[in-house]
Amino acid sequence: MDPLDIARWQFGITTVYHFIFVPLTIALSALVAGLQTAWVRTGKTVYLRATKFWGKLFLINFAMGVVTGIVQEFQFGMNWSEYSRFVGDIFGAPLAIEGLLAFFLESTFLGLWIFGWDRLPKKLHLATIWMVALGTTLSAYFILAANSWMQHPVGYRINEATGRAELTDFGAVLTNSTLLITFPHTITACFLTAGLFIAGISVWHLARRKHTDVFRPSLKLGLVVSLIAAVGVIITGDIQARVMTEQQPMKMAAAEALYETSQPAPFSLFTIGTLDGSEEVFSIKVPGVLSFLATGDFNGKVEGINNLQAAHEAKYGPGDYRPNIPVSYWSFRFMVGIGFLTALIATVGLWVTRRGRFPNSPWMWRIGMLAILLPFLANTFGWIFTEMGRQPWAVYGVLTTAASVSPGVSAGSVLTSLIALTVVYGVLMVIEIGLLVRYAKAGPPSEAEVLPSTDEDHSGSGRSLTFAY
Amino acid sequence: MEGTTIWFILIAVLWTSYFFLEGFDFGVGALLPVIGKNDAERRVLINTIGPVWDGNEVWLLVAGGATFAAFPEWYATLFSGFYLPLLLILLALIVRGVAFEYRSKREDRRWRRRWDQAIFWGSVVPAFLWGVAFANIVRGVPIDADREYVGTFFDLLNPYALLGGLTTLVLFILHGALFLALKTTDEVRERANRIAGRLVLATIVVGGLFLVITQLQYGKPITWLTVAVAAAGLVLAAIANARGREGWAFAGTGLTIVCAVATLFIALFPNVMPSTIDAAYSLTTTNAASTPYTLQIMTVVAIIFTPLVLLYQGWTYWVFRKRISVAQIPDKIAETAR
Repeated sequence: MDPLDIARWQFGITTVYHFIFVPLTIALSALVAGLQTAWVRTGKTVYLRATKFWGKLFLINFAMGVVTGIVQEFQFGMNWSEYSRFVGDIFGAPLAIEGLLAFFLESTFLGLWIFGWDRLPKKLHLATIWMVALGTTLSAYFILAANSWMQHPVGYRINEATGRAELTDFGAVLTNSTLLITFPHTITACFLTAGLFIAGISVWHLARRKHTDVFRPSLKLGLVVSLIAAVGVIITGDIQARVMTEQQPMKMAAAEALYETSQPAPFSLFTIGTLDGSEEVFSIKVPGVLSFLATGDFNGKVEGINNLQAAHEAKYGPGDYRPNIPVSYWSFRFMVGIGFLTALIATVGLWVTRRGRFPNSPWMWRIGMLAILLPFLANTFGWIFTEMGRQPWAVYGVLTTAASVSPGVSAGSVLTSLIALTVVYGVLMVIEIGLLVRYAKAGPPSEAEVLPSTDEDHSGSGRSLTFAY
Repeated sequence: MEGTTIWFILIAVLWTSYFFLEGFDFGVGALLPVIGKNDAERRVLINTIGPVWDGNEVWLLVAGGATFAAFPEWYATLFSGFYLPLLLILLALIVRGVAFEYRSKREDRRWRRRWDQAIFWGSVVPAFLWGVAFANIVRGVPIDADREYVGTFFDLLNPYALLGGLTTLVLFILHGALFLALKTTDEVRERANRIAGRLVLATIVVGGLFLVITQLQYGKPITWLTVAVAAAGLVLAAIANARGREGWAFAGTGLTIVCAVATLFIALFPNVMPSTIDAAYSLTTTNAASTPYTLQIMTVVAIIFTPLVLLYQGWTYWVFRKRISVAQIPDKIAETAR
């Protein structure tokens, strides 16, 4: 097997896996901070119990995000050394800054939050979880700055003597138009993920009429966050589609399996192509909609795959500049379709539970629980689409993926790495989900458990720790 | 001073901080089955580093990221060249990090024993391999004209590198034992003190041998000084530990780590990865570096944020400064979210 293919599989598997945990980390940190703020401001124990319950699930998830993140940072050098040499001058900076600004913030203050319940004044302790939320969000910004540069390279020049890309304007990298729309799209997707996660677990308890004092407000929080986030995801996604059409027309054409340039262009609901994906065999289309998505005008012109392929060959030399069409087409459809579905579920959920109503249909509850999975699927399809749709490029129009791989690393080494990581990741996934289910089912702590014990020893030395590993 | 030199020093500082901080928490992990005789004692050990280990590990991520940004060629050659040792380090750090968080989440004895093993191996493997990696960097490895590592995995396991690995392993375990003596009470504290007393002699022998060979083979006149101070740190640790002055003993191994890393980096300069094939192929602070513009931006960011990080990480250690005793460990982790 070709080391390039194995390295690509590893990147895909480790990245998709890492991004299972990241959205929950980003949005749950903020939502737990919000719940704790509600407790500090109102003094209602129910908010403290909710904070501790969701906080625990947040921590189980957080650990996985952290450890899988280390692989993300190191595999550029290990598997993609030519890429690292070529882009290091530009790409390394946001990564280093992410570590210095964001990772230190989230990990240090999370330690303070976990172990600091009885050691820090109430408000200072509250501030620590907000710092964690700030850290996770900053982290998203810098890593998306790095990714956006690969989608739409700006603020650089190619040094002919060294054959490397060099940074000329760091401000341009941090205000890349791709980044400015990708960041809100990703963050709203994170909140959608956390919102339906909270709603789904609340539904499990509410269906059993358990801990309703904690899970009623939790369900409402989850659904309101989901609805707002879903609307945000749709709006930002729409803008992103137009930015993408302008910057990576081939990706948009592939997303639609639009082979010939069309004006107006129809939106395909369903297309079957030939096996090699070079031609369409059968399709159902809605006229004009793609034109609107891509250009904001029902009569806009959208370039087709075949025309773009010819144009790319003229510009970059002979080669195949088409991404994998079926993968792009279906991942795009699943992402968009699931996005709309979540908006619908959140709306219906809010409607059927309005003003303290309690639906009796078990199907309602089942859908609420299953909906937990939907954003994870949409996130995964979204990344698969955005990364696969950029192929054959690693850096769009500048460096191909094939030219990025480490030339000195053997197929055997990469395969060892791929297998080892996949096995360890698989085992950890089983363990993680087992723990999440266990703690989710256990429910929140009782009032007596969260209130400070009365026989408190104020010298502090003999007192049992509120929290211990 | 040139930007490349500043960044060479900054990267040395990042690795030094990493080894100083995660050094003791590797040590604590390695001593888990030795000092922790029962579950409550093992939990005492884990909780001495509980609030800080993750923050300590970020120094590694920043060292890696900063190398990528400031010396992309170094990052690319090193990480693709030392492929399998790095993979082992990654796997170790993955299971170790999860183990801290998950270990006490269930009462099950088998569950906890497995995670204890993960913590042990997850600490021992990187503590050893980082020494192997850095000894190889200083010694030089086969790098060709394309700046690719052309050796094999087994080329990395030469006697000098293995001695380097042994040095970091015993030094970090000692550092961890002294940290435990400083952070625990009663029997755990006494046991840590006794084990440190024995380990410090081993460290003086192994580490002394490694540093003297390093000095004779790759040293510069100035590194005699750092080698001497590194040795003095160990002597200080030995004396202070024997007299029960735990703070001084821990400072002693801390000083040794700082000076040992300084010795390696000074010996390396101005190379960052010397080639054993031809000195012309060696990666240096100049030919492996980013452009002055990138270095300048990174310098500004580092100058503003590194002190800030040190400040709030230092504060964390202040908040959790108290010793932990077996009596303080809650006897049952309620499975409701406490």
